Amino acid sequence: MQPLIAERDTPPPAPAPAPAPKVKRDPAPSRIRYRLGRLWLRPWVRAAVRIWIPTLVLGGTGWLLFSQPETRAAIDSVYAKAVDAVRERREFRLVGMSITGASEPLKAQIAEAVGVAFPVSSLDLDLGQVRERVEALAAVREARVSVVGENVLSLNVIEQQPAAILRDGADLVLLDTEGHRIAQIAERGVRADLPLLLGTGAERSVPEALALLRIARPIVGRLRGFVRVGERRWDIVLDRGQRIMLPEKGALSALERVIALQQAEDLLSRDATRIDLRDGDRPVLRLTPYAIGEMTRQREPEPQGEET
Amino acid sequence: MSSRLFESQRYMRDRLRSALRRGVVGVIDIGSSKISCLILKVDVERLDAHRADGLGAQGGLDALRAIGFSSTRSRGVSMGEIAVMDETERGIRTVLAQAQKHANQRVDQVIVSIAGGQPRSYGVSGEVGVANGEVSAMDIGAALAACDMPSFGEGRDVIHAQPVNFTLDHRTGLADPRGQVGARLSVDMHMLTVSHAAIRNIAHVVKRCDLDLAGVAVSPYASGLSALVEDEMELGAACVDMGAETTSVSVFLKRHMIFADMVRLGGQHITQDIAQAFAAPVEDAERTKTLHGELQATGMDDREMLELRRIGADREYERRQISRTELIGVIRPRVEEILEDVRASLDAAGFEYLPSQRVVLTGGTSQMPGMEDLASRILGRQVRIGRPLRIQGLPLPATAAPFSATVGLAAYAARPQDECWDFDLPARHGPLRLRRAMRWFKENW
Ligand SMILES: Nc1ncnc2c1ncn2[C@@H]1O[C@H](COP(=O)(O)OP(=O)(O)OP(=O)(O)O)[C@@H](O)[C@H]1O
Ligand SMILES: [Mg+2]
Repeated sequence: MQPLIAERDTPPPAPAPAPAPKVKRDPAPSRIRYRLGRLWLRPWVRAAVRIWIPTLVLGGTGWLLFSQPETRAAIDSVYAKAVDAVRERREFRLVGMSITGASEPLKAQIAEAVGVAFPVSSLDLDLGQVRERVEALAAVREARVSVVGENVLSLNVIEQQPAAILRDGADLVLLDTEGHRIAQIAERGVRADLPLLLGTGAERSVPEALALLRIARPIVGRLRGFVRVGERRWDIVLDRGQRIMLPEKGALSALERVIALQQAEDLLSRDATRIDLRDGDRPVLRLTPYAIGEMTRQREPEPQGEET
Repeated sequence: MSSRLFESQRYMRDRLRSALRRGVVGVIDIGSSKISCLILKVDVERLDAHRADGLGAQGGLDALRAIGFSSTRSRGVSMGEIAVMDETERGIRTVLAQAQKHANQRVDQVIVSIAGGQPRSYGVSGEVGVANGEVSAMDIGAALAACDMPSFGEGRDVIHAQPVNFTLDHRTGLADPRGQVGARLSVDMHMLTVSHAAIRNIAHVVKRCDLDLAGVAVSPYASGLSALVEDEMELGAACVDMGAETTSVSVFLKRHMIFADMVRLGGQHITQDIAQAFAAPVEDAERTKTLHGELQATGMDDREMLELRRIGADREYERRQISRTELIGVIRPRVEEILEDVRASLDAAGFEYLPSQRVVLTGGTSQMPGMEDLASRILGRQVRIGRPLRIQGLPLPATAAPFSATVGLAAYAARPQDECWDFDLPARHGPLRLRRAMRWFKENW
């Protein structure tokens, strides 16, 4: 079999003369660089170098350092010093406290409740906690705590409004509309505008007492106090020893009826010591002994008075 | 025909296929003046779809996408063969590292072109009687096995062996005779051998770069695959890749390469002629050639002067004027010589018997103005300048004529490899086969 290729009579020309002694080689990546470059193109190598190895190294050294107590102590002290340095800066120093919106005695109480010894760094002070502490005072309804410009802790207080006075044994206590105790007062006369409540469990029924008070407005001048009886129901004590005994249920409507009768027939000016409404249907009056005499005198046959 | 050929062909085919299956493959063209590399992303499903189309169907290129490209000057390659291993290795490292960076993707499998290695083309044929009246794969295998092996001589390896034509009784020009009825089946096969040393060197340099050699193709084959259009390949055409130190020729018919040859002359020789004629440094000669080189003298050229440095006494450079006519006078004879050799080669191959005889010039030297005219005059045929076909993502520089072989390697990868080699050799089976193939490969590469 003959090759298809022509036989050439001219011998192939001499190969190109070897290039002149190498002056400068063309730049080429060295073998190690080339291998590293190719290695780098493997996705897992990249992930390892970029994520895993740094994580391991950092984690490892961190763990090593922290596992030695001396280093930990050193770090702690450095940290504490740094924190102190910041804390002691003038910008954070609180030198005093200003309380607004509270009466003088309450101010003293609040100051005591806050219980901060000035000067103090505002970084050490948990304003939220201060607020809670102040609001925990019964006489304070709401408090706003802030640090204002001149290194002063400012407390803006809204006082709790007393709604009634409770006689608890020998003490007179102010109550708010829900029956929370606000403060003690020395004598009744200090807050003559407030109704006086007595009896066990009275403070638990303050809202009802206040509702009764609103209804009893026409006779407010004669009101002496509300007495909780048997922790169930109210008696309203008027001057001249009169007493309105209200039922357990429907006390409000019962009182309304009494007020209506008072306005129509001047019921309370009569000589009755008790107006008993405990029996829902009809009020029962207990007359003064003098009035009983009078009545028997006037209406001969009747032994004991009952009137509607 | 030895079973060894079956084994080696099958082995190369499997290697290439498994490389493609990995999704990324690199191609490296080791030229005498430049080493270039292209990294391809392979859409395996698409590729398989094309394969399923059948034997010999071209295409499959749209399953590839170029994702990295790079080219560098080549040192240490002469006449298309590796002359200085170290320099070549450095060159490959450079292009591969750059292309990988560009692609942001590592490649391990590469297909390499071999430009030198004194390719020799053989046309062989074998004939058998069809066993059962209907041609089966077995019959094709038998026909291939019946081909008489030419004596290649010492130290040569078969690099391509492709059945290009089947003849069944008196019908010829069959691409795939399976299932057809007939009595005698004959096959024409084109075989290409290159020197064993050239392939070995390539395998070695690839290994030194930590790469896996997935395939080798001779560069004329690759250039033809990318520079010829479908019709030319079908009807018959020659591709002439005019490189730096080699000018290679490949002839295609019916989409198969049927001949390849190499002329050991190229652009570098032109440069040397210029350097010698004007005593100029080689770099200057090269620059003058690429910037002002021409083949067709016009009346203007006498007056147009070019400046060229010249090596004077005491190695001092002095400036000197040459006219363009003088330059053409130096270039043209050399180009004529190259083209004469190409013609001799084509004549020996029987190019004139092809139904169509287009010639496509490609490669760096084909860019010289006037080359088309001169070539068509000397070769006596229709000539055009071919550029590599487009594949997706190909950067602009890679679409120039010098990169035909590089892009052609991509076409080679996408081309369905001959499945004929999968057909069993009659009466030769057994598990020994693969082991023997491996041994053959190890021994040789
Ligand atoms: N515009 C041009 N005009 C003339 N010659 C050119 C031009 N551009 C490049 N060349 C020449 O083309 C040659 C390079 O061609 P190419 O890149 O195809 O060669 P190669 O593939 O490296 O070598 P080979 O295929 O021979 O191994 C160089 O000699 C160069 O001088
Ligand atoms: Mg080339």
